[in-house]
Amino acid sequence: MKNKLFLLLGLWLAVVSSAQAKLEIVITEGVDGARVVGISPFKFEGEGAAPEDLASIISTDLMRSGKFNPLSPDKMPQTPSDSADVDFQAWAALGAEAVVTGVVTLTEPNKYQVTFELVDVIAGQTESGSYVLDKRRSVVNQNQMRQYAHRISDIVYEKLTGEKGAFLTRIAYIAVDPNDEFPYQLRIADYDGFGEKMVVRSQQPLMSPSWSPDGRRLAYVSFENNRSQIFIQDIFTQERTQLTSFPAINGSPKWSPDGQQMAMVLSKDGQPDIYVMNIRTRDLKRVTSHRAIDTEPSWAPDGKSLIFSSERGGKPQIYRVDLATNETKRMTWEGDMNLGGSFTSDGKSLVMVSRNNGQYQIARQDLDTGNLQVLTTSSLDESPSIAPNGSMIIYSTIYGGKKNLALVSMDGRFKAKLPARSGEVRAPAWSPYLN
Amino acid sequence: MEFNKVLKGIAISLPLMALAACSSNQSATQDESTQVDTSIEGANGGNNNGVDTEVVTPIDMTFEEQLAAKYGQAILENTISFAYDQSEIAPEYRQVLNAHAQYLVESQKSVIIEGHTDERGTPEYNIALGERRALSVVRYLQSMGVPASQLSTVSYGEEKPVNFAHSEAAYAENRRAVLVY
Repeated sequence: MKNKLFLLLGLWLAVVSSAQAKLEIVITEGVDGARVVGISPFKFEGEGAAPEDLASIISTDLMRSGKFNPLSPDKMPQTPSDSADVDFQAWAALGAEAVVTGVVTLTEPNKYQVTFELVDVIAGQTESGSYVLDKRRSVVNQNQMRQYAHRISDIVYEKLTGEKGAFLTRIAYIAVDPNDEFPYQLRIADYDGFGEKMVVRSQQPLMSPSWSPDGRRLAYVSFENNRSQIFIQDIFTQERTQLTSFPAINGSPKWSPDGQQMAMVLSKDGQPDIYVMNIRTRDLKRVTSHRAIDTEPSWAPDGKSLIFSSERGGKPQIYRVDLATNETKRMTWEGDMNLGGSFTSDGKSLVMVSRNNGQYQIARQDLDTGNLQVLTTSSLDESPSIAPNGSMIIYSTIYGGKKNLALVSMDGRFKAKLPARSGEVRAPAWSPYLN
Repeated sequence: MEFNKVLKGIAISLPLMALAACSSNQSATQDESTQVDTSIEGANGGNNNGVDTEVVTPIDMTFEEQLAAKYGQAILENTISFAYDQSEIAPEYRQVLNAHAQYLVESQKSVIIEGHTDERGTPEYNIALGERRALSVVRYLQSMGVPASQLSTVSYGEEKPVNFAHSEAAYAENRRAVLVY
């Protein structure tokens, strides 16, 4: 098992280094018992070299979900490119439950037709005939081939698990390099670190990126005017709007699920409290009013309540406030302190930073049972952000003497690091679905 | 860098008294040397007779020295350090803040108090903690008679460390409030 993972990893790293990613995912803890699948290398029809190794991208995506163990090409019994050629017995002998085959055809310069099929190995061994779980054909531009590979991963993942895949997503994060002329940079990249782009850079701190629900805009805090202010920026047009510039703290912007409101922290009235602003009208509603620190608002999936961190009980803990009634109740009881909370997309659990014995770690609390499960093991894990399908959490941590990003699966069994090539990386925010 | 900025800021508005005192010293010295020069010339009837004299430019006190002379050495310090997760001002910083309070009252200048934290705890919580530290300094300066209108704050939380390392020593350096003129 370990050997297989290692081989796959080696192969994948070779692919990555040829593509100049700024962040690279390095798997640190795999999952024993993950489901075995085969992603057969896609056949390329055309002059020159294939534009991207789609099968490799799909394999890596599926492995990183923590739920699958894709066979490396040298372990495959055959490398078919058509479902009719799949030797089901041979794949079944290796424990594979599904196989993906595909063909990439150059149709005109920089345009490719991509065909793929997902076949069920168990069904293929019977005589029923209907073993093809999905089959699609698309014409894809060369510069969108990676995205299309993630799209195939999403389809395969959904067919095999019943939940939506989150491979065609992005992450936003703050890169900090004190030696750069602009030490603070807000950047976005594909979820796997490829296709990195700068959104805004500054000589003063940038903080707290938050995605709009349509994945088109980012809200963030900038100190460019030597004070904190909240900005909204369209990542496609670069259009930039200053949303707030109140005296004192303007922080922690969080877009509401319907995209109409922004939850935020302001201290204009004396101490940090939670507010909600209507983005269009700029109408401001004060949600909390307590002399202790209230910060880190995060929306319930239905948009009717917020959770936030508060020191009202002594050490910071997470509270929930109903926006209609203002009824507030404490949500967390275990650990010295709990903060930086957010709901999983099904609304059934909270993901947060939990401090135990001086260590800040990512934890998940089941809302029905109240059980708290600590998912990570280092000493300063912060800023958790959940993939839109709830399968994975990206967070900031320290390794190699630098602040960097890491991934952990929702059950804590799969872990990976995303070391940056230079400087430090912090405050990750996982985008919503982009398709 | 911030320290230089403070000194520059202070330098511009240096109390005129100090400057006036310096320049009068300077002209007195020059007059004296002229007189000495003249008397030598007179005594020797224009013949220098192997004796020569040179005018020496007096050395002024630096701005820092002038400030320190007026407000005490403590005025040259602009950083207040804090214990982990604390925003109380330790007694050893009273002298520093008293010097700044006196300067602020006399100069009527404005000052920005920056609040900073170490990186432990979440970034948003640290913004709140940094503000609490800055406000501690504001309250102290107000208690020493500085009008609120001269004081403003900005919290950078853990975002602008002076030491980028991830160690206890770096954390201690980064937990601070800074007076920026």
